[in-house]
Amino acid sequence: MLQDFEFVGLLGAITFTIPIVTLLIAWFLRPKKPNPAKQETYESGMQTIGDTWVRFKVQYYIYALIFVVFDIEAVFLFPFAVALNQLPLYTLMWVIIFILLLFDGLLYAWRKGALHWS
Amino acid sequence: MQVIIDFLVSLNIPYVTEGVARFIVLLVFAGVVAVAAPAGLIILTWLERKIIARIQDRLGPNRAGPFGWLQAFADMIKMFTKEDITPANADRASYNIAPGLAVFSSIMVFAVIPFAPGFAGTYMNVGLLYIIAIGGLGSIAILMAGWSSNNKYSLLGAFRAVAMLLTYEVPMVMALVIVAIATGSMSLVAVTEAQGSMWYVVSMPLVFLIFFLSGVAEVGRSPFDLIEAESEIIAGFHTEYSGIKFGLFMIAEYVHMFALSFFAAVLFFGGWQIPFINVATLPFPIGSILGFLSLIVKVFFFVFVMMWLRGTLPRFRIDQLLDFGWKFLVPLTLVLLIASAFVVRLFSPGSSTGIPVAPGPLSGLGTAGEIIALLITNLVIAVLTMVMVASAARRSRNQALRAVSGVEPMPAGQPGK
Repeated sequence: MLQDFEFVGLLGAITFTIPIVTLLIAWFLRPKKPNPAKQETYESGMQTIGDTWVRFKVQYYIYALIFVVFDIEAVFLFPFAVALNQLPLYTLMWVIIFILLLFDGLLYAWRKGALHWS
Repeated sequence: MQVIIDFLVSLNIPYVTEGVARFIVLLVFAGVVAVAAPAGLIILTWLERKIIARIQDRLGPNRAGPFGWLQAFADMIKMFTKEDITPANADRASYNIAPGLAVFSSIMVFAVIPFAPGFAGTYMNVGLLYIIAIGGLGSIAILMAGWSSNNKYSLLGAFRAVAMLLTYEVPMVMALVIVAIATGSMSLVAVTEAQGSMWYVVSMPLVFLIFFLSGVAEVGRSPFDLIEAESEIIAGFHTEYSGIKFGLFMIAEYVHMFALSFFAAVLFFGGWQIPFINVATLPFPIGSILGFLSLIVKVFFFVFVMMWLRGTLPRFRIDQLLDFGWKFLVPLTLVLLIASAFVVRLFSPGSSTGIPVAPGPLSGLGTAGEIIALLITNLVIAVLTMVMVASAARRSRNQALRAVSGVEPMPAGQPGK
């Protein structure tokens, strides 16, 4: 069981070094001449107006909320999917009811206009 | 893999026991995978430029080297030697971590891919969940990059990216659940082996289409590339990045695309399987080489399809994109999920683990029956969906017509103007 992650760990260790080595090589090769004008925030040649880190559109948050529901659903569905052939036939009904409830939730969000981008 | 381990052990080198040999082989394999994935980028960028150029009736790169194939190296040298500018207002820590994290997440998903019979780094029994989990790290990298740049275009790009990735994650996960249902396992090795009799694309074409579409969206490529729509938000989340950090984002994008092609090939096109040849039973070097070649051919086919899409289709608008995801793909996959679970259980041959469970009522028809039933289910759902979409389109067109001019709406069934 744990042996399955041996390769993941090795690959992770090697992959971890790739961006670091790349950045290090670039560090030695590239010129370093910073000046205030260069380090301005880019905004099509203008001075930036106002703050970037402001409150943003709530719509993104609503989509994320719906996503959380479906993502948690996936956590329940994967064990079911693997065990499907070892379950009595009637358990299928419970899972279908479970999916239909989620479907209902999606329809509710749809009706309420949560999926409408305005 | 086991063959090489056995060979190393049989050499009787001191201290090289089974465990040590295994460790060495895995380490070498990991090194090859970790280096080959970004190195594939050299071919991919060249291929992409050439193909897009041909589609647009241009020549493409043809100066650096024969047919311009050294172009990628020229770009690499340029990126390495270019000054790296960090905006004064940026949040330095996450600004610098983001590109590395993007590359890390895109290479790490290669861990679970079976490359040839017997050549899989891990037989991990939660492979499909692993793909989703590690793939999700990529969206965090994008959000980090966009937020920390302290640039309005970057932030907008990051928001769009995350909204889009969230939206298309759902149908993709559902498609993976359907694959897990059909296989009865989440291990990618098991998924490949289960396709020995028939590729899943044959029995579940609609599921494959959904997977591929949402996959292309997940990778953020055209026509879903509005996260970096240059005509609207400059370059999206990497507007402020220059030099090698921009290069790392490029690597991440292409490796991600590569990984998606691998998954499409492994999950739906049989991985290393070749039709009518049982690769797994061929003697050691031939079977592995043939299997790997077959996988690579499929992968490059998908890479080509993605480039073709980019050269052909215009970009979506964000509301169209989110509507397509939430109001079309998600309900469709839910219906498909129910239907597939039902069909697979009906044909299930009963329990294989000793727990006494009655086989499905139609299990007598065997695997062939299951494949045909799945195919029919997919086709029926596809046709029904098309009918529903067509009628919805007609309704909204009539509404728009009425709203604009008060013209009498078209009678149903008549072709639109």
